[in-house]
Amino acid sequence: MHPENQNALALNINNLSVKYGDTPALSGITLKVNAGDYLGVIGPNGGGKSTLLKAIMGLVKTASGNIKVSGHTPGYLHKNIGYVPQTSDVDKSFPINVQEVVLTGMLVRGFPIFRKYSQKEKEAADNLLNEVGVYALKKRHIKELSGGEFQKILIARALAVNPGLLLLDEPTSSVDANSRDQIYNLLETLNARMTIILVTHDLLAISAHVGVLACLNRQLVYHGKAELNSEIVSNMYNCPVDLIAHGVPHRVLKEHVHD
Amino acid sequence: MISFLSIFSYQFFQNAVVAGILCSIVCGIIGVIISEKKLVMMSGGIAHASYGGVGLGYLIGIEPIIGAFLFSVGSAIGIGFLKRNGRFRSDVLIGLFWSFGMALGILFITLMPGYPPEISSYLFGSILSVTNSDLALMTSLTILVILPVAMLFNHWKAYMFDEEFATVMGLKTTIMEYVLFILIAMSVVVLIRAVGIILTLALLTAPTAIAGLFTKSIGSRMVLSAIAGAFFCLAGIFLSYILNIPSGAAIVIFTAIIFLLVYIAFNLRIKNRTPLNN
Repeated sequence: MHPENQNALALNINNLSVKYGDTPALSGITLKVNAGDYLGVIGPNGGGKSTLLKAIMGLVKTASGNIKVSGHTPGYLHKNIGYVPQTSDVDKSFPINVQEVVLTGMLVRGFPIFRKYSQKEKEAADNLLNEVGVYALKKRHIKELSGGEFQKILIARALAVNPGLLLLDEPTSSVDANSRDQIYNLLETLNARMTIILVTHDLLAISAHVGVLACLNRQLVYHGKAELNSEIVSNMYNCPVDLIAHGVPHRVLKEHVHD
Repeated sequence: MISFLSIFSYQFFQNAVVAGILCSIVCGIIGVIISEKKLVMMSGGIAHASYGGVGLGYLIGIEPIIGAFLFSVGSAIGIGFLKRNGRFRSDVLIGLFWSFGMALGILFITLMPGYPPEISSYLFGSILSVTNSDLALMTSLTILVILPVAMLFNHWKAYMFDEEFATVMGLKTTIMEYVLFILIAMSVVVLIRAVGIILTLALLTAPTAIAGLFTKSIGSRMVLSAIAGAFFCLAGIFLSYILNIPSGAAIVIFTAIIFLLVYIAFNLRIKNRTPLNN
């Protein structure tokens, strides 16, 4: 991140509310993200985390408030946003190979007829696959990939526009521990040149990787240093919580002490 | 053999072969797209809604196929609009348009003075009675289906693979969806003369499903699906002529039997390849 951009706002959300029908999904969210930040967003299922990402991308209508991405309305600067959806939202049986997936990330706006991918674009896609560590798989069909490999390819696709803001929706939800570490290491490297907003249920990631934390349960419960404490978590989930797995809060019973 | 080949000298048979090839081309292209976008029932809804246009055509004295075209395009746009802007699930809308179109068709035909017309060729197809003017319409619609898909092939691929991401990247996915629905409507009209309103889904799905077993790219899947569709149509035309059975039924029954055989053979091959876990 260039020093002159360090203090610029990558994202400025003001009093944002989103409704699905009559059901509020987000209410009164005010959130500022500085350029170069690495923000982790946690919260219970149905707490509005994915809706927040969709609102930032301009995919859902806002009931009130406003959002500015690098000073612009969402949807205005497509090239500035890279998006990594949940792998479960993408059809892995679709007949497409790895390199083609990354190339689809280069189809920005407009309808140029008979558009072919240039050699330069193919080389750029190969470089991105190399950067995320899956270049050797470039001609593989996506259904032959593991969850971790597929996730890295979706990250490579998001990087195809060289975004200033990278949004990730639970990138480690269906990957093994080794791939999860690789993805977090990759994100730390990418954070040197772009702002990252990571939606996750993985609380271990919060303290170990992200710089700033936002806790969301339809409202913004907490925004600040990436240090979780029991009071924040209890407020967020509206119940005493010791552990969160797959987005579901659990009370872990203390081990019985036998006489 | 000579008498068998002599049927090619008949104009009606030549028309049927050309119509079969046109049908297989639109099935190859649109069948793959609706299969990947899970729009098969939507296509069924549009096809059945077009029956209202057939009835209207008879009632007001225009070509029923033109009426079918107007109704199928209208219902495609209507379903698309209500799906995006209404509060109803798409399967509810499809069910409504499906029944409403059929009901309108029945109403319009009932309102006709005199004897009711022969409508079974629109319901079940009659590829052996395709006229030159039918062929002209089918050819025009086939070209109109091929062009937008070919011109924006990579965009369609991105849209089919991950619509949400394509939207984020700035592709006009709403426009693409409406265009796709209209392409489906035009494909349905091409297919009506071959297999009829009720049987169109078989030709839109079976060749695509078979092609999907043997291909790993969208382009090759469309080509193989078109080849399979042409084989089914031509075989069905021959069977229809030789056995003197309705052409639409012959095409669909032959298609379904081949699909089942390929499916069984493919699964047996997979089963034989898979080592048993002890």
